[in-house]
Amino acid sequence: MPFDFRQIWEIASAPDNVPIVALLFLAPFYMWYALRQAVANDKLIAILESDAQAAKTKYRKTQEWDPKWEKEVHTWPYLMRMEFLVAILVTVLLMAWSLTLNAPLEEPANPNVTMNPAKAPWYFLGLQEMLVYFDPWIAGVVMPTLIIVGLMVIPYIDANPLGNGYYTYKQRKFSIWTFLVGFIGLWVLMIVIGTFIRGPGWMWFWPGQTWDAERVDYAVNRNLDQVVGIDGSWLAPIFHTSRDQSAIWARALFGIFPLVLFFIVAALLVHWLCMRTEFSKKIYKRMSLLQLVTMYTFLIFMVSLPIKILLRLVFTIKYIWVTPWFSI
Amino acid sequence: MPEENGDGKKTGVLEKAKDSAAALRETLEEKAKQQVAELKEPEKTQLYRSIFRVKHDDEPRNRALSVLSNVFFHLHPAKVNRDATKYNFTWGMGGITFYLFIVLTFTGVLLMFYYHPTKIQAFRDILYLENDVPFGKLLRNMHRWAAHLMIIAVWLHMFRVFMTGSYKRPREFNWCVGVLLMVLTMLLSFTGYLLPDDQLGFWAVTVGTNMARATPLLGNEGPFGAQMGMTPYNDVRFALLGGSIVDANALLRAYIWHCIAIPLIVAIFLGIHFWRVRKDGGISGPAPVMLESEIKEERSPRPVILRPSGMG
Repeated sequence: MPFDFRQIWEIASAPDNVPIVALLFLAPFYMWYALRQAVANDKLIAILESDAQAAKTKYRKTQEWDPKWEKEVHTWPYLMRMEFLVAILVTVLLMAWSLTLNAPLEEPANPNVTMNPAKAPWYFLGLQEMLVYFDPWIAGVVMPTLIIVGLMVIPYIDANPLGNGYYTYKQRKFSIWTFLVGFIGLWVLMIVIGTFIRGPGWMWFWPGQTWDAERVDYAVNRNLDQVVGIDGSWLAPIFHTSRDQSAIWARALFGIFPLVLFFIVAALLVHWLCMRTEFSKKIYKRMSLLQLVTMYTFLIFMVSLPIKILLRLVFTIKYIWVTPWFSI
Repeated sequence: MPEENGDGKKTGVLEKAKDSAAALRETLEEKAKQQVAELKEPEKTQLYRSIFRVKHDDEPRNRALSVLSNVFFHLHPAKVNRDATKYNFTWGMGGITFYLFIVLTFTGVLLMFYYHPTKIQAFRDILYLENDVPFGKLLRNMHRWAAHLMIIAVWLHMFRVFMTGSYKRPREFNWCVGVLLMVLTMLLSFTGYLLPDDQLGFWAVTVGTNMARATPLLGNEGPFGAQMGMTPYNDVRFALLGGSIVDANALLRAYIWHCIAIPLIVAIFLGIHFWRVRKDGGISGPAPVMLESEIKEERSPRPVILRPSGMG
C-alpha cells in the first residue's frame, strides 16, 4: 500500500492536534535543556568530589560568578523585566496562533450520529488509550487516581536529599529515570499513539496508512485462562453446581495466580532497580518501611501498564483474571 | 435694603471687591503658572501620592519599596538570587501558566457576554461569535489556544520542578498543591470542551463521562455498582451530567463548573501555591550543588514507622 502522506497531514494539521505536534518538539527540547544543565552540574560535582580543597573554596554553581558581585539583585527590574518580556512574547505568540488557525467547530451536537473515531481532548487521550488495555473502571477511575496520588506522594517517598534546587542526573538517576519513563515513555507516548495511530474504531493504523472506516479487525483476543486452557466443568459434580457455574469459579480462582505472580515478580524487579548502585542502597537504608511500601506499590502499578500493553498488543491477551464482577 | 446702608459703605464694598480683583489679576497668572508647573511633576501631586505611596527614583530603597508596596508585585520578594533571574533555571513555565490563566479569564469573561448555556442557543452563539461579533473569532481562537498552551505549560512546569528536585524538603506540600492545580487545569479545559455544543465536544464529553459509569461502587457498570444499587439514573455519571445522557443539564453543569466553580477553586489554590513559594523560601535555586559526602543523617529518628535498616 502506498504511503499516505495526506492522512498524516490531515491528522497533524487538525487544529486541536496542533498542541500535540508542538509537544512533540517542546518535550524533547526541554528534556535536552534540562539534561544539558544536569550534565554541566555533574561535571562540577565530579571536580568537587575529587578535590577536597576545591569543595571548600570553589563556587558551587555553573553560573558565572565574581566575588565582587552581590548575591542578590533587585526584583525590580532584574526579574520583573524578564516576566513582562515573557508575557509579551506569549501574547504575540498567542495572537499569531489565533490569527492563523481557527478553533475547530463541527456540526451541532447530534447523539444519533457517532463521530468515528470519537476522541477525548488530546490531554486525555492517554486515558482513552488505556481503555484498550484495561476495563473502564481501571483506565478511567483507578489509574487516574493512582497517577494523581502517585505524583503527590513523590516528595514524601524520595529519601534522596541530593539534587535539591539544581539540575543533576548522576545524583538522582533512579528518580529521573522513573519520572521520564512515566511522563515521556507512558503519558506522552500514549497521547501520541491516541492521536496519530488510533483511527476509526480505535483501530491501530501505522503512520502512512489510510484511516479506513470500513476496516474490520479480526483480532482474536483471548483471556489468559483460555490460552492456558482452564476448564473447570469437571468440578461440577464435586461442588454440586452446573458445569457453567463451576467453569466460572475455576476461571476466577485461576486468575489469582498470575496476578499474584505478577506482583511478586514486579516487586522483585522494582527492588532490583532500587538496589542497582551503592548510592541507591544508601538511600534505601534511609527510607522508612511506610515509604518503601508506598513507593513499591506505586511502581508496581506503573509497571503493570507496559506489561498489559505488551500482553495485549503482542500476545493478544485481554484479561488475566476474569471474575463474575470484574476482570483485570 | 440699600437705603439702610451709607453711600460710603456701598463704595467701600465695591472698592474692596475691585481691589481684590486687581490683586487676583496680578497673582493669578503666577499661581496658574506655578500649578501648571507642578503638574509637570505628577509624582508630587496628592492624587499620585495617594495611589503610589513611594517614590520611584532609581535608587535601591525605592526599587525595593516599589515591589513591596504594590499588591501585585509583592508576590515577589524585594530581592532575588542573582542566578534565579535567568531563563535557564525555571524556563518561566509557572509564570507563563499564570499569565495564560489571566488571559483565559479575560477572554472567557468576554465570551460569556455572548454565550447562553442552553441547547437552543449555545451552538448559534458560537456561529454568531465566529461570523458577526467584531473580533469574536479572534476571541474564541485565543481562548481555545491559550487553554491548550496552558496545559502544555503546566506539564513543562511540573517537569522542570521535578528535574531540579524542587519538590524536596521544604517544598513537599507545595508540590501537592501544584499537582492539584494541574488536575484542575485539565478539568477546566475539559468542561470547556462541551460548551460549543458541537459534535467534537459532545462526543469527547460522552467518551469522558462514560468512564464514570464504570466507577467502582458508584457507577452502574463498575465493579459492585449493581450491588450498591446503582442504575444509570442515580450513579456518579448521572450526578456529573445531571441526567443519563449528555444533554441540556450537562451543558449547564459544564458551564457552571467551567466559568464559576473551578476557576474559584483554582484561584484559591493559586493563592496557596504562590504564598507557599514565598514561605518555603522562594524558588529553590539554582542552589549550590551538594556532595554525596555531605549527606547528613536524619536529625530526629522517625517516630512510629519501622526502618528497614533496623530490621536487620
